[in-house]
Amino acid sequence: MGKYWHVLNLGLQNTMVYRLNFLFRATLGLIPLMAIISVWRAIYADKPGGQVASYELAQMISYYLVITIVDALTAVTEDDWQIAADIKDGNISQFLLKPLDYLAYRFCLFSAGRLVYAAFAVVPTAAFIWLLRDHFVLPPDAASAVGFVVSLALTAMLQFLFSFTLALLAFWVLEVATFIFIAFAFEYVAGGHLFPLDLLPPAVAGALDYTPFPYMLFFPVSVWLGRVSGEAIWLGVLVQLLWVAAAYAVARGVWRRGIRKYSAVGG
Amino acid sequence: MTKGVSAGCQENDPHSAYRVSRYLSLYAALWRNSVIRELGFKVNFLMWIVVEGLWFALQLTFISVLYLHTEHIGSWTKWQVVALVGASHLIQQLFTAIFLTNLAALSEHIRTGKLDFMLLLPVNTRFLVSFRQVDLGGFVNAAGALCVIGYALHRLNHVPGLTQVAGFLLFVLVGVLIHSSLMLMLAATSFWTVRAQGIVWGYYNLFNIARLPDEAFRGLFKAVFTFVLPMLLVSNVPVKMLVDKLSSPLEMLLLLALAALICAASELLWRIALRRYTSASS
Repeated sequence: MGKYWHVLNLGLQNTMVYRLNFLFRATLGLIPLMAIISVWRAIYADKPGGQVASYELAQMISYYLVITIVDALTAVTEDDWQIAADIKDGNISQFLLKPLDYLAYRFCLFSAGRLVYAAFAVVPTAAFIWLLRDHFVLPPDAASAVGFVVSLALTAMLQFLFSFTLALLAFWVLEVATFIFIAFAFEYVAGGHLFPLDLLPPAVAGALDYTPFPYMLFFPVSVWLGRVSGEAIWLGVLVQLLWVAAAYAVARGVWRRGIRKYSAVGG
Repeated sequence: MTKGVSAGCQENDPHSAYRVSRYLSLYAALWRNSVIRELGFKVNFLMWIVVEGLWFALQLTFISVLYLHTEHIGSWTKWQVVALVGASHLIQQLFTAIFLTNLAALSEHIRTGKLDFMLLLPVNTRFLVSFRQVDLGGFVNAAGALCVIGYALHRLNHVPGLTQVAGFLLFVLVGVLIHSSLMLMLAATSFWTVRAQGIVWGYYNLFNIARLPDEAFRGLFKAVFTFVLPMLLVSNVPVKMLVDKLSSPLEMLLLLALAALICAASELLWRIALRRYTSASS
């Protein structure tokens, strides 16, 4: 176990190099966020009832703000490219020789990256949320807050395992970028990045619920907003846990097959 | 003026007709190169078209979902916004096809000192930096965007006149010009900072704004993205022209004036930056 602490530590130190880059990124990311909030404001301005699909304006704005928080803490940014490059360039050979598990090693680096990113992104993001404080709702009760934290952790694992498995495609194909972008596009809509999934026609939203995508973003945000409450929180967390277990099994399986195929090019 | 100086500032060359044809044939050669390069990776080429098409579809999905819950955003109706998303995509894809890869590579050329080699060639360096590679997939996706605009016009029951179409196309080109000038300026910051990799990503945030209806915005945000970085004009004005939404010709004039200003600024910054270039030490 101790060795993975070292990996985490190394990851923290390595990603610290990019701190200015992170600050820059997080700040620029606020521009489209502001834009989408403006569009929603314009839509609500013409709504006499003040509601869109049972979202009040404050809830809708908070939806996008909470997405930004969840994203900062769980979204995979560079890890998938690095994993694919490690395979393509033959760098994983060294991991096969060491008593170090590549998946665990990568997870430590991912965690370190997220921690450092969040530590710097918090500055512009918090400032922005403070500006919109009149429209920012907090979790309604303690159960929602705890449920949010738990499902946030599971979301991070799901995000990581999804990207890890995709990046392993590099064992079979030379160029994985297109696959990653296609999968990311699906996750972007079906995860609820663009709009709350309950804005979709009920049949579509219901069908999506049988996929892991809502549990990669939409679920923790709904818990925060109190749109999922009581027992439904823990039922959702259980489903999320099952998806994490499934994703882990798939990641392991693909890794095992990939290693068999691996020919250590340039290693 | 001595011979050496006039070779350095090719703008002063008296034989301009010859120069234009020389640059056209140069560009044709660069095109040929790009086609050959793409043919080497056919599957990859097609996959990238799919990726871009998918992201376009995703934006259209977003608009459809919004309009499940509202009739209009400001005075913009659903199919007008679809035309707007289409126009924004058209401009973005043309920009991608012609400029994106090239300008994004600039910081790498500076970092590795490859720019030395380009400066030595008897060609205008900005031309070479901007046009070296053509991304053919961008043209395919631009055609897709045109189809979406056409369909949106059909749903609007609107047949634009010849001047409207001509004006639309002109403004699309102006939009591509604005994007390329802004991107060149952003990329040129790497003459000072060396590492400027976040640039492409950062610029994509601006594209995100361009496809939204201008009426959704107010205050400082609207002022900045209209007068400083005219993102709220580049796609909005051509579409308004096309669907008869222009309230006054002022918007058109503003867009043209800003385009001229941005082009001039980018040329100025480019020259200052080049003067500062000291090559990568090895």
